[in-house]
Amino acid sequence: MADLPRADPWRGLALPQLPGLLTLTPHGDAARLSLRGEAASLAPLGAALGLVLPTTPCRAATSGTRAALWLGPDEWLILTPPDDPVRDTLAAAIPAGAGALVDISHRQAALTISGPAATEVLNAGCPLDLDPCVFAVGMCTRTICGKASIVLWRQAMETFHFEVGRSFAAYAAGLLSAAARLAARRAG
Amino acid sequence: MLLIPCPYCGPRPEIEFSYGGEAHLARPRDPAACDDAAWGDFLYARTNPKGIHAERWRHAHGCGRFFNALRHTVSDQFLITYRIGAPRPEIAA
Ligand SMILES: [Zn+2]
Repeated sequence: MADLPRADPWRGLALPQLPGLLTLTPHGDAARLSLRGEAASLAPLGAALGLVLPTTPCRAATSGTRAALWLGPDEWLILTPPDDPVRDTLAAAIPAGAGALVDISHRQAALTISGPAATEVLNAGCPLDLDPCVFAVGMCTRTICGKASIVLWRQAMETFHFEVGRSFAAYAAGLLSAAARLAARRAG
Repeated sequence: MLLIPCPYCGPRPEIEFSYGGEAHLARPRDPAACDDAAWGDFLYARTNPKGIHAERWRHAHGCGRFFNALRHTVSDQFLITYRIGAPRPEIAA
């Protein structure tokens, strides 16, 4: 098979930036693993990852550059740098018939969305209540943004990790740009 | 926007959910043993109440899990949601 160069899903797309209000940064190449596991196997899976897999709904756990995001009662999204060998370690830690690990690195593309206008811009397409009392720092979830299914993770009060299917990158960029124009107008 | 309490994620916007029809319908263990009336009832007959309805929902754009809910079909109010496998809660109208 031909060795095709990997295309950056955000290349050529205008990402909105509002000085002092909003910054959008492509996350860059990352390894993404979809991990399914039952309660009995969480300890060895966590040990392989070097963190405790969160069992509280909608919470993320991090260790260094690795993150485990709770997506469902037996489902996590693992985010880590592309050269991290943890995929093989993790695969070996899954008890036979009691879990699954799927490499979805290139299914999704991610942005870091930050700034005082981040919640306003996200809420143009995402129906979640992003008040920090409801969606606190460290919380994550699958949700929607307009017509796109996304994973949203609040990394800091005004900083969000935004994962979207890579074929939706242009759609997400357009939606967020339109929202940013409104936010800029409102800020005067 | 209507909020639906997912048994796992808590109250979330309705748009994240998909509807799964009436709950607690058990497929006959041996369909071939059913007569046409019994099989037809399983496939098509629904309680369709004016009042409290037990129904399946899926938090499709969230935790992805199916769960059951008691919803009032007149007011559209969700009275309670509960996990798959749990019995239908006793709730008066
Ligand atoms: Zn849920």
